[in-house]
Amino acid sequence: MRLTRSLEERLVNLHRQNALVGGLFRSLGQEADAVGSAFAVEARDVISSLTRNLGSLLVKGATPAEVIRQHTASVDSPTRGRDLGLHFNDITRGYIGHISPLGDMVTVMAGVTLTFKMRGEDRVGLVYLGDGATSTGAFHEGINFAAVQQCPLVVIVENNQYAYSTPVARQTAAKRFSDKAPGYGIASDRADGNDVLAVYEATKRAVDRARSGGGVTLIELETYRRRGHAEHDNQSYVPEGEVEKWAAENDPIERFIRVLLDREKVEQGEIDAIDASVVTEIDAATDLALQSPQPVGPDALTDVFANPSRVQPHWYRNV
Amino acid sequence: MSEITYLEAIREALVEEMERDANVFCLGEDVGAFGGAFNVTEGLQARFGEMRVIDTPISEIAIVGAAAGAAHMGMRPVAEMQFADFIACAYDILTNYVATSRYRTGLGCPMVVRGPSGGYVRGGPFHSQNPEAAFIHTPGLKVVCPATAEDAKGLLKSAIRDDDCVLFFEHKYLYRRIKGTMPAGDHLTPIGKARVAREGSDVSIITYGATVWKSLEAADALANDGISVEVLDLRTLAPLDDEAIVATVKHTNRVVIVHEDTRTGGIAGEITARLNELCFEWLDAPVLRVTALDVPLPNAPALEDYVLPQTADIVAAARRAAAY
Repeated sequence: MRLTRSLEERLVNLHRQNALVGGLFRSLGQEADAVGSAFAVEARDVISSLTRNLGSLLVKGATPAEVIRQHTASVDSPTRGRDLGLHFNDITRGYIGHISPLGDMVTVMAGVTLTFKMRGEDRVGLVYLGDGATSTGAFHEGINFAAVQQCPLVVIVENNQYAYSTPVARQTAAKRFSDKAPGYGIASDRADGNDVLAVYEATKRAVDRARSGGGVTLIELETYRRRGHAEHDNQSYVPEGEVEKWAAENDPIERFIRVLLDREKVEQGEIDAIDASVVTEIDAATDLALQSPQPVGPDALTDVFANPSRVQPHWYRNV
Repeated sequence: MSEITYLEAIREALVEEMERDANVFCLGEDVGAFGGAFNVTEGLQARFGEMRVIDTPISEIAIVGAAAGAAHMGMRPVAEMQFADFIACAYDILTNYVATSRYRTGLGCPMVVRGPSGGYVRGGPFHSQNPEAAFIHTPGLKVVCPATAEDAKGLLKSAIRDDDCVLFFEHKYLYRRIKGTMPAGDHLTPIGKARVAREGSDVSIITYGATVWKSLEAADALANDGISVEVLDLRTLAPLDDEAIVATVKHTNRVVIVHEDTRTGGIAGEITARLNELCFEWLDAPVLRVTALDVPLPNAPALEDYVLPQTADIVAAARRAAAY
């Protein structure tokens, strides 16, 4: 969680220095959702993260340098400068990046987990959505398809109270997102999304259910998005004091530190050492990533198809 | 070798590929025990089991998305749209996800989305469409439209083995009206290669799908008038076979482009633009188009016949091109 937050803070600094290409999406206040849930799956399992799941990707093995390169759109970034932010894959590490129409990823992950079932592999899938994506047709089709096929899939709805500017009350008439599960005949669960251990435990239960043939589980994690949709968004639509209240009273990192200090009797020095090592790691990653060159224009020509592997440029580009 | 229908050729391709590669599987609405709305997948579930011929909910987004996810994991899915008209429901996932995945992330979607397209069957506005143009316009998707039974089989087998997503638009009018003798052995028709369906020297008709047959009828009629017509069956619409298109134009210097799809934004406009760019000096006449009218396809026989291109329309256009 500390790595997630500090890496995002570094990205904010780079963003303000105009060193990034495109918008920057934060997961401030939601780090426990991403990290706690990703620790509940195994290396062989496949997740599909959303834009506020930097922590999930880091748990699954993405490196800070890769993340920075994705944001600078360098030629050696995971998508070689072709897509933004957290839209990137590494299937060997077990993550498939989302696309902007996020509900689509439920259908893709239904297919990934259908394959696990067809092949009798001991693997599960985990797909993350926000509250907004539950309103899409793709969410409905994907979760229903996976339910009917008894796919080993966990669907996490990170209810952070806002889809861009739209509050939950304008997104659904359901009292809770987890209430949607019975309509699909699947299991459901809810957890405090800012309690990393509760997130882990709820996800682990669902992962175990999926692994043992129990099919799909829909988990609602209740949390709060403390920044705007992206950094350009001034959150003018948020009631006064709401962000500050969550920050003061319900910060997932502060809450976990209290657990470590009070219950687990961890020394403050150990926590300070983790914080220091995170800064060192991010400094090194930043130095490395900022050396990466940008792609050149004709790099855009390759890999639209496997075959032909290269698109021809227009004639006036060869004059 | 006995003749089999266009529909049986498609089924034969599916059976052969499923036997050859355990990663090939079918999914779609009513494709399993029922065998599909047109019986294309009849007998497949009994032969290969429920896990390889999967009946799905009525969910075109999920059918295509699940195929993409399975393709990522090394499977070779063949997804059926019960009617090609319904592929519009999956437009988002095809264009935003499937078409861009390899380019963005390196993770491709080797999959086939197949289904019956086309009219001349009194199917009305939702069971007769030719949706190819929207997808030809999308970089990252291949589009195939076979006209013969031989190509239906050979192109489907190639599509299943292709490392990219191939949209395979069968023509339902041809399902049981066209027969062919399958070449022996592993019959593969290359994607991206057009076929000269009839050689001629005065006018080229460039077409695909069911209108290949109407163009051949027109060529017969025109031969009686001493007009020699070459018919080029495109077979693949994306990527277009520019080489074959230019070759036939250089041969005849006059072109009529025929398609059953509506006119505005249809592929005839694209081919006309390419002719301008690639072989303008070789043209002795303006390029003419014979297409459907720009209206939703109506159901009554008189209306459908009026809207869709007919053999007489092609004859008239070819005469005009020849006389120019």
